[in-house]
Amino acid sequence: MADYIIRDSYPVQTAAYESAGDASARIKRKLKQLGIDSAILRRIAVASYEAELNLIIHSHGGELIMEMTPKSIVLISKDVGPGIADISQALKEGYSTASEEARDLGFGAGMGLPNMKRNADSFDITSEVGVGTTIQMGFQIA
Amino acid sequence: MNESKFHSVRLDKDKCKGCTNCLKRCPTEAIRIRGGRAHIINERCIDCGECIRVCDYHAKYAQTDPLSVIERFKYKIALPAPSLYGQFKGKIDRSQILEGLLKIGFDDVFEVATGADIVTRAIRENMRNATPDQFPLISSACPVIVRLIRSRFPELISHVVDIRQPMEVAAMVARKEFCKKHDVDPGDVGCFFITPCAAKVTAIRNPLTLQQSACDGAISMIEIYGLLAGSMKNFTLHAERATSTAYGVGWAKSGGEMAAVAPEHSMAVDGIENVIRVLEEIENNKLRDLVFFEGAACTGGCVGGPLTFENSYIARNAIRALMSGCDFTHPDEAVKASYLTKYNLYTERPITPNSVMRLDDDIIEAMRKMEEMEQIVRSLPGYDCGSCGSPTCRTFAEDIVRGFATKMDCIHMLKDQLKIMAQKMVELSNTTRE
Ligand SMILES: Nc1ncnc2c1ncn2[C@@H]1O[C@H](COP(=O)(O)OP(=O)(O)OP(=O)(O)O)[C@@H](O)[C@H]1O
Ligand code: SF4
Ligand SMILES: [Mg+2]
Repeated sequence: MADYIIRDSYPVQTAAYESAGDASARIKRKLKQLGIDSAILRRIAVASYEAELNLIIHSHGGELIMEMTPKSIVLISKDVGPGIADISQALKEGYSTASEEARDLGFGAGMGLPNMKRNADSFDITSEVGVGTTIQMGFQIA
Repeated sequence: MNESKFHSVRLDKDKCKGCTNCLKRCPTEAIRIRGGRAHIINERCIDCGECIRVCDYHAKYAQTDPLSVIERFKYKIALPAPSLYGQFKGKIDRSQILEGLLKIGFDDVFEVATGADIVTRAIRENMRNATPDQFPLISSACPVIVRLIRSRFPELISHVVDIRQPMEVAAMVARKEFCKKHDVDPGDVGCFFITPCAAKVTAIRNPLTLQQSACDGAISMIEIYGLLAGSMKNFTLHAERATSTAYGVGWAKSGGEMAAVAPEHSMAVDGIENVIRVLEEIENNKLRDLVFFEGAACTGGCVGGPLTFENSYIARNAIRALMSGCDFTHPDEAVKASYLTKYNLYTERPITPNSVMRLDDDIIEAMRKMEEMEQIVRSLPGYDCGSCGSPTCRTFAEDIVRGFATKMDCIHMLKDQLKIMAQKMVELSNTTRE
């Protein structure tokens, strides 16, 4: 039954600060009900929250996708632009292009992507300017 | 009843009308209405007492010990929670309250505020040796929050302070000092906590992190209020009995523990829904520089406890006024170092996660149930009306997959079903007529 799979998609809108964290909170709640080990859950919680916030702050909108099998969880963040020109720069700690508004709300430390990478067992990012960014993060659960 | 399942928050079935007030307000979705009466799911209840506050029919109550329980012991010591000091109007001296407790039948008193002083110093010593991943340290003073973390934030368990609660420390010290002073047997001494809440009663009867509580019972503040207030009239001060610092007294209100333990880079939050929100943030690593987090289930902290008499805001002010007349020596200096060596101030066992949220222990089975649940949720109207007896459509779907409810418990589903049946009957009668 290893191919048994649950797949959920959570749309995330650009600049939706008032509902920031809702999608990752729903993912978190679901994983708790599924009985995911709490240490792994914490890593997924951090990664999904950072991904969701990047969608809100930096993207033109997108979705957070959670795919789960009995062995692993894959989190995918997918958006429709603007894309990242220099990915290695974006991955550096402290690099941020967050707007003044986002900074006022406490975002923009440039720690999101590094945190995602650190917390996931596998991390893959592709991006094309004018098209969009896709981030795929894998977590072993068994 | 098995003590390990003991909960102070109870339902009086005869008074319950089966309304949805408590159902909708329970922060852990621990209540269901079944057969026209509320039912508390013990494994989910964290004894916050929210249902006691919202029930218009007073059907929810906290099981506490009657004052007469102290008669079981030859020597009786009262351990007043700091919040007791905020319950009296006018200019009242702490010693007056302590003396009042002696008048209503206790042989001695020991301030839990002094316990808080000792705990303050112990937590601070501990903090110096904490590893970076232990921060933010999370207060263990409110048992509701500890139980909340167990079931909803198990990944934060390692952050919870592992020093005993002030009432436990107070009971340990009070008993030992009394026995020494009067040369009596510890078994003859009963220590009774004067409690602002149900959660502390549960923490005494069914401690999470101790083999056994050092307290022998918990007496509700509101129950002795009248008697105590009466005994405090015509007061002449015999001795200055209050020795706790302003910091220890401050634990009565939200922010008090924080001010004593870690005034910088810390946060105090009161009201259980607010605490849940901030714990979510901590879980998301959003509050990176936080050193200490104090969460209190009640509005205003323990002064807002469900078993207190005075309005939370008034009591909070009373505490503030009273503090200004107290000794402001910090517990770091006021508490003798010997307390930290003479007594074992640490808890005895770790907090274990509570897996009530889990749909099934087997992951594939849990996934199946989750899918079934999502399917049911989609078929429900989403009114979250509570008529089915579950707090939301989502929890109702969860109850169905867990086998505790059936779809027809939803009156809207039932109505639709009846419509179809009525339609069929009309059709049937039409065909038979033909
Ligand atoms: N989905 C995205 N679309 C476009 N640009 C992005 C996206 N995600 C990240 N970026 C770019 O990468 C930079 C670094 O992202 P990162 O999440 O590490 O930091 P931040 O969001 O700026 O700050 P923090 O996450 O600490 O609040 C961003 O400032 C932004 O320029
Ligand atoms: S805040 Fe204080 S009174 Fe309220 S439940 Fe917690 S410990 Fe009890
Ligand atoms: Mg970010």
